[in-house]
Amino acid sequence: MNAAVEIDNVSKRFRLYHEKYASLKERVVHAGHVPYEEFWALRNVSAEIPAGHTVGILGRNGSGKSTLLKCVAGILQPTEGKVVVRGQLAAMLELGAGFQPELSGRDNVYLNGSLLGFSRREIAKRFDAIVEFAELDQFIDNQVKYYSSGMYVRLGFAVAVNVEPDVLLVDEVLAVGDERFQQKCLDRVAQFQRDGRTIIVVSHAPDTLRRICEEILVIDHGEVVTLANPGEAIRAFRERMIGSGMQAPEPIEVDPETGPVPVVESARRVRLTETTIEYPGSGERPYLVSGEPLTVRVGLEVNEPLSGGQLSITVLNERNDVVFAELLDAATGGVQLDKGLGSAAFIFDAVTLLDGRFVVNIDVRDAGGVVLDVSEPATYFEVMNPGRATGIVALPMRLEVTPP
Amino acid sequence: MATVSDTSSSAVAEEPGHPEPGSVARLSFEARPPLQARTVSARVSLRTRLREIVGARELLVFLVRKELKVKYKGSVLGLLWSMLNPAVTLLVYYVVFKYFLKASAPSFALYLFSGMIVWNFFLTALIGAASTIVANAGIVKKVSFPREILALAQIGTSGMFFLFQSVVLVIFLVGFQYTPAWGWMPLIPFALVDLLLFTSALAIFLSAVNVYLRDIEHLVAVLLNAWFWGVPIIYSFNQVYGHKSLHWLGELYLFDPMTVIILTFQRAIYGKVSYRTYDAATHTFKTTVWLANYPYHFYLFMLGCVLVASVLLLLGAMLVFGRIEGNFAEEL
Repeated sequence: MNAAVEIDNVSKRFRLYHEKYASLKERVVHAGHVPYEEFWALRNVSAEIPAGHTVGILGRNGSGKSTLLKCVAGILQPTEGKVVVRGQLAAMLELGAGFQPELSGRDNVYLNGSLLGFSRREIAKRFDAIVEFAELDQFIDNQVKYYSSGMYVRLGFAVAVNVEPDVLLVDEVLAVGDERFQQKCLDRVAQFQRDGRTIIVVSHAPDTLRRICEEILVIDHGEVVTLANPGEAIRAFRERMIGSGMQAPEPIEVDPETGPVPVVESARRVRLTETTIEYPGSGERPYLVSGEPLTVRVGLEVNEPLSGGQLSITVLNERNDVVFAELLDAATGGVQLDKGLGSAAFIFDAVTLLDGRFVVNIDVRDAGGVVLDVSEPATYFEVMNPGRATGIVALPMRLEVTPP
Repeated sequence: MATVSDTSSSAVAEEPGHPEPGSVARLSFEARPPLQARTVSARVSLRTRLREIVGARELLVFLVRKELKVKYKGSVLGLLWSMLNPAVTLLVYYVVFKYFLKASAPSFALYLFSGMIVWNFFLTALIGAASTIVANAGIVKKVSFPREILALAQIGTSGMFFLFQSVVLVIFLVGFQYTPAWGWMPLIPFALVDLLLFTSALAIFLSAVNVYLRDIEHLVAVLLNAWFWGVPIIYSFNQVYGHKSLHWLGELYLFDPMTVIILTFQRAIYGKVSYRTYDAATHTFKTTVWLANYPYHFYLFMLGCVLVASVLLLLGAMLVFGRIEGNFAEEL
């Protein structure tokens, strides 16, 4: 047996009480018929996590990923099934959980360490390393209540990672402290990986997991979607998200009377009607994989012929950074628009973007640059990243190693 | 890039699976004992629970230390307060019962105190334990450890106060040159074990049930108040047992573990089974039986019964605790 963590057919049922009767009187009054709904947060989840692997648990909010982590940690007991953990386990579900504000940092290190299940001797041996890692040398004998929130989580993290567990559970808390400390935490995680310790990280951010995990377990509605390498797992995760309609591009409703807001030019010489996204190379998939072509089509209602018109397209990522923008103006020949209903297509041969949802904004201007109409609200397209690369752009690259 | 990282990860993956026993030892750095498997499931055997509690004894010590430190943080006298308080109480008893209330029994303050320290332990432990899991919701929801430890920590804290009060008692015994019943002293450790087990059983049970029924912590306070008067601490056992019409009640008293434990303490520390008073009018001495006038072996027998009952209660409490502990994190 070399699995560090064996999750064997685990199910967890929660009871959602419509009203919580916790007092004796209420219990007596409502004896026997307390209304509740059963809710299965986890259903028959099985997975084996080999020793020395870093595995991510990915799922959107409410998918049951944290419940699973708590079952592994032993904080919740599964309703059915069991979890077997081999070796000393430390769970970082909340940094500094159980810190006593009245006690000094030193006392809290010991208390927190023993809460995590480590002996006094083990903690004493690593005490200096913990303090050094948390960068709290001068403050370690101060009461924790005088600590800043940054110092607080730093100390919590330092205890959890320096007592050297065999299995480390992390719940989206890697982003603590300033950037430098975050780097230190990531370095420590890398060190753990090199030491052959087992790490389980829970997150709803695919990119965090892609960076550090060897495998990702995707959970949705309490059920395992897949346990696969990060590329495939994240793709499955995104497919689930789109399949459930969470991020599907919304069709733009255009009021025939007023047109899309805002009205830029009252004369309405040209109007942009519906914008549609096409994925020519994706078959049935409602998204494209990095490198595949994309077509953005916009309907044009030309009320007055326009020569030398300009069309502009802007692509923004989820953080509203402009990843691409181009104005097709006189320098590129301009556009000749005749009266009537037409359309224009922006054809991208290869979209070399990594993951994410991208917003497309289009506007139309006359020869003098006056904006005639804007395609709003915006429309979206989705890109999947099957590989392990992270970042913004999928730069085509290959590695050649020359043997010595 | 991809190929490089792939080979390194597969190397990690394969190594633990290597058939050689030494390959797993790579994980048990610094000569740690072999990796212990821990199972999380809905049913955990009593033996596993006990083993986990014993394994967390250091945590118990830290929690008790924390309680004491937090309680007296910032005060100059610190732990001295926990001795000052009972000392003043004992002095007040002494003055009040000797000069104002004119208690008939000699050294009544010591009689009172010998029962009171036991009761104080019981009271503070149970009051603390009833609310401890709710009060520590923060760690119960976020950290995994045998939760019984929280209830036991309350017992440990009360135990520390019990120790301080005992020191005060000893100081007063020496100060008043009072001779306890040395021959009965061997019963004290026995009674202490009973007290610890019985209190632990109730503490563990109450701490768990209070998560579901928050009335418990208030109910406990009320019930303990009533219980206090049902145990011979302020009055004497024989005032009930020796009473013509209350004799039956006195016998009922002996089914209360707290009465048995406290009677033992009174017998060993206070020691005066009966006393004589001089009636000036009739020029006669009157003998009043004060404590439970039982022979040594009967005390031993009662303590044995309490021991058996306490162990059974403790196992029952742990079963109940284990049964409902799995939902603590969701209920809090």
